[in-house]
Amino acid sequence: MKDMQEGYTTADGRKIGGVVMEMKNITLRFGGVVAIKDISFDIRQGEIRAIIGPNGAGKSSMLNVISGFYVPSEGEVWYRGAKRPKMRPYEIAQQGIARTFQNIALFEGMSVLDNVMTGRLGHMKSGLIAQALWKGKAEAEEVANREVAERVIDFLEIQHIRKTPVGRLPYGLKKRVELARALAAEPKLLLLDEPMAGMNVEEKEDMSRFILDVNDEFGTTITLIEHDMGVVMDLSDRVVVMDYGKKIGDGTPDEVRNNQAVIDAYLGVASD
Amino acid sequence: MAQMQSGAEGLLSLPALLQRNATQFANSPAYREKEFGIWQCWSWAEAAKEIEALALGFINLGVNRGDFIAVIGRNRPYMYWSMVAAQSVGAIPVPLYQDANAEEMAYVLSHCGARFVVVTDQEQVDKVIEVQDQLQQFEHLIYLDPRGLRKYDHSQLHQYSHVQDQGRAAYDELMPELNTRRGELDYDSTCVMLYTSGTTGKPKGVVLSNRNVIESAKNASEFDKLRIDDEILAYLPMAWVGDFIFSVGQAYWTGFCVNCPESAETMMTDLREIGPSYYFAPPRVFETQLTNVMIRMEDAGRLKRAMFRYFMAHAKKVGPAILDGKPVGMMDRLKYTLGDLIIYGPLKDTLGFGKVRVGYTAGEAIGPEIFEFYRSLGINLKQLYGQTEATVFITVQPDGEVRADTVGIPAPDVEIRIAEDGEIFYRSPGSFVEYYKNPKSTAETKDADGWVATGDAGFFEESSGHLRIIDRAKDVGKMADGSMFAPKFVENKLKFYPDILEAVLFGNGQDRCVAFINIDLTAVGNWAERNNIAYASYQELAGHPKVLASIGEHVSAVNLSVADDPMLSGCQVHRFVVLHKELDADDGEMTRTRKVRRRIVEEKFADIIAALYDGSGQISTTTEVTYEDGRKGAISATLNIGDAVVVPVTAQKVAAE
Repeated sequence: MKDMQEGYTTADGRKIGGVVMEMKNITLRFGGVVAIKDISFDIRQGEIRAIIGPNGAGKSSMLNVISGFYVPSEGEVWYRGAKRPKMRPYEIAQQGIARTFQNIALFEGMSVLDNVMTGRLGHMKSGLIAQALWKGKAEAEEVANREVAERVIDFLEIQHIRKTPVGRLPYGLKKRVELARALAAEPKLLLLDEPMAGMNVEEKEDMSRFILDVNDEFGTTITLIEHDMGVVMDLSDRVVVMDYGKKIGDGTPDEVRNNQAVIDAYLGVASD
Repeated sequence: MAQMQSGAEGLLSLPALLQRNATQFANSPAYREKEFGIWQCWSWAEAAKEIEALALGFINLGVNRGDFIAVIGRNRPYMYWSMVAAQSVGAIPVPLYQDANAEEMAYVLSHCGARFVVVTDQEQVDKVIEVQDQLQQFEHLIYLDPRGLRKYDHSQLHQYSHVQDQGRAAYDELMPELNTRRGELDYDSTCVMLYTSGTTGKPKGVVLSNRNVIESAKNASEFDKLRIDDEILAYLPMAWVGDFIFSVGQAYWTGFCVNCPESAETMMTDLREIGPSYYFAPPRVFETQLTNVMIRMEDAGRLKRAMFRYFMAHAKKVGPAILDGKPVGMMDRLKYTLGDLIIYGPLKDTLGFGKVRVGYTAGEAIGPEIFEFYRSLGINLKQLYGQTEATVFITVQPDGEVRADTVGIPAPDVEIRIAEDGEIFYRSPGSFVEYYKNPKSTAETKDADGWVATGDAGFFEESSGHLRIIDRAKDVGKMADGSMFAPKFVENKLKFYPDILEAVLFGNGQDRCVAFINIDLTAVGNWAERNNIAYASYQELAGHPKVLASIGEHVSAVNLSVADDPMLSGCQVHRFVVLHKELDADDGEMTRTRKVRRRIVEEKFADIIAALYDGSGQISTTTEVTYEDGRKGAISATLNIGDAVVVPVTAQKVAAE
């Protein structure tokens, strides 16, 4: 087994730390359907880790296993040095994991600010009554949380829509608001499910910039699923490639690009 | 001590004014900036401390007397501080347009030989690094926002706050040096150098002395009775002389507070929140706001629309008279008060003009209809005429003598002379020192007696003594039959229509005029939406037959009104074309202050102009475009040419004077 503490240095000189999460021989079944077959890989501190693969390869299922939403049928998930038990969603959030969704899941009727503030819920300790009465600790807490939310709003440059109801925003901005909400939770591990899906080139460039900046500025470990190969290769430090529920490649973008199994899966292989 | 008396109350430089403000107005607000959703505030005493720390940091970095320090970025208190800090150490601040592309930036930075550059963020850092190799004297780059810059090589790159920290740490060692350098500043030392955008040729560096800036700021502040409790919103480009005079000169002279918006996109919200009492905007901003109001009224309910129309008609009738304090009937007055309660007041609040005591528009002529719309609401909007070389002020409109078609009387201490050919000359304490490293242009513009040529043609109206500008002297020409050709006159009439963003008239030396039209995407897009017209791009919308038809109606209507003017009736638009692209500063078709560069447009679209004259119904053309990041591309289109209804001009062909 690899040394858990040993990290590596990326091409652009960033120090990547030890293993944060390790997937050990994960298999996931839905009845008779096998979505994920015996996959193992790790995610290291501070890296941008991508999971790619053609449609139906099991990428989203994998992300759901990482997030703890699905419990694997076989295999173990190790998170920060301990085997992870079955958890409820709020417990996952308390572990410092936040995510965005492929199909945006925001509160459409609420303002951008309120949506971002929901990302802070896990950090609010005062009770329901204290919050309703707006007394003592609740007030101080809200101010502190608002500050975090505002920093995120500033970071993602969405000040101009702070008070706008999310339902009125175009798609690209909604995606950014969703990222803002996830960031507001100050996650240690950020999971992005197709952050660029449906975006035009300029929006993709903006989003890539934000992802890199988040990683650089806050040292957040990021795991993302993405279709757009160009984006993945530019952003990621290491890439896992899946096809039909199996892992067919794992390594740096360059290694993956030259992996014959990956080329076959993406470009098709002549049947003989 | 002799020189002490020569300056305004012994205050000979902006750093000296800062010192005065920091003691006399220590606790009143000097700067505000919205950040993290809250208005952050610095008092004069606090601002002085920040500036001092930065100035010490500059000395620590090796800034010498006479060095040029370029300042690039959006309006932020820190950026204003860097200019005053530069002055404090005897250096000369040079603010640049933040949307300038790398090539323009390279020209200015190498022309002034800036050793230091202060920028806001990564975007600007990248631009400077891109052109770094072309700059001989460039040494250090100071940035404000560290985001995304962690991995950059920091041997020449410094974070703003670190420069300040180092300055604070070296307080005891460097303070005597700073005091000496501040003490050396006198009324004739250079205050700032501003590059004029120039509708022709390369930008020129206008050198303004402390005398220019302080005298102009003082005169204008007294003229409009500005007070320490006034509020302004600093949102116009820092490289523009107007912003320097309002947000630095007058703010330091009067001690009022400069408010900086959170970002360019939030400007309208911030304007509402601050409610400035002194406001300044080029005509374009007023046009855009009026367009937005009109669009929203189109979308409003029937009752609201009816009320808006009814009361706006009344405001148009009596509003300006009430504002000027002229006698108005009792009933009209009551009706206006009622209108103020339900329409004008709320509308002014929405626009952020609820508290405006003095508002100015300048930079270009404003459409009279647009001007009167704001006046009729009770907003004291006035016009002034000025230029960078005059440190803004040449003429101003006094309260109560405001008209759309004149630009007012000479500003305090300004002498004006009209030359034989109609060109306006002025001489004032604000007359610039020189164009930097360009004695030839300096000599062409400013004569030995200090008279400066404006390049504009105009005349004094005998009845009122107000100056009327006809046009840029270079642009005014003659039609083939000898009648006067003044393009701006017609263009401004066209631009009043919300769906026309820009218009360019041609016809100098020809027998008839033709025009280019740019549609306003916001207004026309909204109209298209309401009329179920689908379009995929600006080009497609601009080429839509219905758009062409409605623009044609506007052009015909303008012709009707142009025909009324005996001098300019020859300038009616015979044929026009709706351009397939917006005229853009990145393509060199406009200046950074959004004035059309006529010559360049004429050259670039020569094929279209030819088609307008030779009577063809269509023209296929390919145009080179430059994207924001400097890449180039080309767009091609087939444009339909529209014919407008022209009013036949009878006998009186009056030649231009």
